[in-house]
Amino acid sequence: MSDHTTHKEPLLRVSKRRELTKRQAFGVKMISLLLALIAGGIFLAVLGFNPFVIYGTIVSGAFRSKLAVQGTVKLMIPLLISALGVTLAYKMQFWNIGAEGQIIMGAVFASYFALFHSNWPRPVLLIVMLLAAMIGGGIWGLIPAFFKNKWNTNETLFTLMLNYIALHIISFLRDGPWRDPANPGFAKIATFEENATLPKLFGVHIGWLIALILFVLVYIYLKYTKQGYEISVIGGSKATANYAGMHVKKIIIRTIFLSGAICGIAGFSNAAGSDLTLATGVAGGVGFTAIIVAWLADLEPLGILVVSFLFAVLDKGSSVIQSAYGLSTDCSDVLEGIILFFVIAGGFFVRYRFVPRKRKEEKGGENA
Amino acid sequence: MNFWVNFIVAAVVAGTPLLFGTLGEIMNERVGHLNLGVEGMMSLGAIAGFMVGYKTDNFALAMIAAFLSGAAGALVYAVVTVTFMANHTVAGLTLTIFGIGLTNVIGFHYLGMSESGTLKLPEQITQQMRSIHIEGLSDIPVIGDLLFQYNPFVYLGIVFAILLALFYNRTKAGLNVIAIGENPAAADAAGVHVTAWKYVNIVIGGGICGIGGAFTIMITNGGVWISDCVGGLGWIAVALVIFATWKPMNAIWGAFVFGAMRILKYYVNKEIIHIPDAFYDMLPFLVTAIILVVVSVRQVKDKAQPAACGTNYFREDR
Repeated sequence: MSDHTTHKEPLLRVSKRRELTKRQAFGVKMISLLLALIAGGIFLAVLGFNPFVIYGTIVSGAFRSKLAVQGTVKLMIPLLISALGVTLAYKMQFWNIGAEGQIIMGAVFASYFALFHSNWPRPVLLIVMLLAAMIGGGIWGLIPAFFKNKWNTNETLFTLMLNYIALHIISFLRDGPWRDPANPGFAKIATFEENATLPKLFGVHIGWLIALILFVLVYIYLKYTKQGYEISVIGGSKATANYAGMHVKKIIIRTIFLSGAICGIAGFSNAAGSDLTLATGVAGGVGFTAIIVAWLADLEPLGILVVSFLFAVLDKGSSVIQSAYGLSTDCSDVLEGIILFFVIAGGFFVRYRFVPRKRKEEKGGENA
Repeated sequence: MNFWVNFIVAAVVAGTPLLFGTLGEIMNERVGHLNLGVEGMMSLGAIAGFMVGYKTDNFALAMIAAFLSGAAGALVYAVVTVTFMANHTVAGLTLTIFGIGLTNVIGFHYLGMSESGTLKLPEQITQQMRSIHIEGLSDIPVIGDLLFQYNPFVYLGIVFAILLALFYNRTKAGLNVIAIGENPAAADAAGVHVTAWKYVNIVIGGGICGIGGAFTIMITNGGVWISDCVGGLGWIAVALVIFATWKPMNAIWGAFVFGAMRILKYYVNKEIIHIPDAFYDMLPFLVTAIILVVVSVRQVKDKAQPAACGTNYFREDR
């Protein structure tokens, strides 16, 4: 401790810089992305694969046939929907990692009607399922928001716990009350009647249409409504929001309910569109990947549309390289991880810069 | 009596990987970094420990590899969050997704190259990681079973916990580290090397997580490679840190309590108590959620998360 005063100045020190323009920031992101692809390429080369061939196969694999394109879109639906959902929470600096649980609860609530009211007319049933999913996901978001407001309970850790509680609610339902009696050997929940499944449009269940509608709605909500504005003010500073006379707690509750409700829709779409039943894998990590997607897109809906598409291509393409080159599908997770590491590290250069030791500081360059 | 001895022994073994993960995460959170990458770092430790054990047939080398590989994962996290000041939540999640993905890719790669289509640790290392037997001590009834016949990981974990507790409670450096987690600006002003200590703690914490990951494949899974071998234990470890109120000594019994919860369903007489299995699986998370709420309601300062946890420290913002 006493040697503090005798410290040499470090070789590089960090200093704040003037905010880059949007275009410069975008440039930084593209450079980060490029570096990430190079790093990923080195990784592939170390494993003994030609990175150009693998990258090429991933892209062509995601688009090689009509079926492949449909598969890619199908992977994109839950990612896009839940990334839009978590964005609302993150814009408010509410560190919610509970999308996984909210997706699950949305699916659970929707499945109740699918399993026990399958005699209802299809449009009615599907709309009720959609609303039920929103309520289910919303409630799962409200719980941590309530405790956050009331006692400042840590929302990150709380939502993490709720993910697993939700997961085991499914296994409880599967093993007990909702177990399919037609399947005595192995516990599963019955496949939905056709009435309770999402119809197809252009070969993919209409979850994609729901996702696109949600995209437009969230875009408008965040950009052009008073409530969207309130969210970004609270995200900037709760004190400012309070000072401006906003009911911060009320807004948090409302926003987190919406955020959870949107994630719940992803659960509904997965259960009624892809799985056609309620399975423990209904969320399957999408809730976590969605956070990465939202973050890569700087919490901008337009960016989320692009990034969730890219991730879907990566996921779909990786399943092709598994069959073609014997490289595990988990390759997409590795590449996604590398990309995010580079991009969030690159985000640093948008806000800060390194100042070398020798140069005398000039006043003009400083902004801190 | 025999039933209880068996139950406790099983709980200790089931809790040991959690103990490593929890200690690693405590080291991270104590310097203010909520690292959600435990699951990823444990996975990295599992694949490195397994592969080095598989190739060299040497337990010590496997342990070192597991430690280094968990530490390498943590180093990436540290560079991104400490130096580049990225968001902790997102960086941690990325580390988890990346770590599990990389582990599965490598495992799949070697599985594809093996002739039998399976990977199993060779004979010698399997012997080395088997439960110890100390002549005389291990043979004492009950006490010998309860204390002197575990696999080496169990003792290693307890030693780590004690060392870490001594570090925090008995050394000046440990006190400085705690200060970093509570208020890095104050620690910096007092002359503590905030950045250096953050790196040291995060990286060593990651290494300890890595050893816990090696446990899951070497002991729990009997030395046969499977994908996703950590299977969510890393997340339970994050929960356990709350349960242990960020104290290494609490982590020991906390890990064994959580271990007991993990195996409870196999030991309850199902004829008498009718509770669905899912409830037992849910228990650790339910208990942690309740503790989280209770701690925040009562606002017990020394049982709460380090105050600066999850925030980045930028010197010029002081």
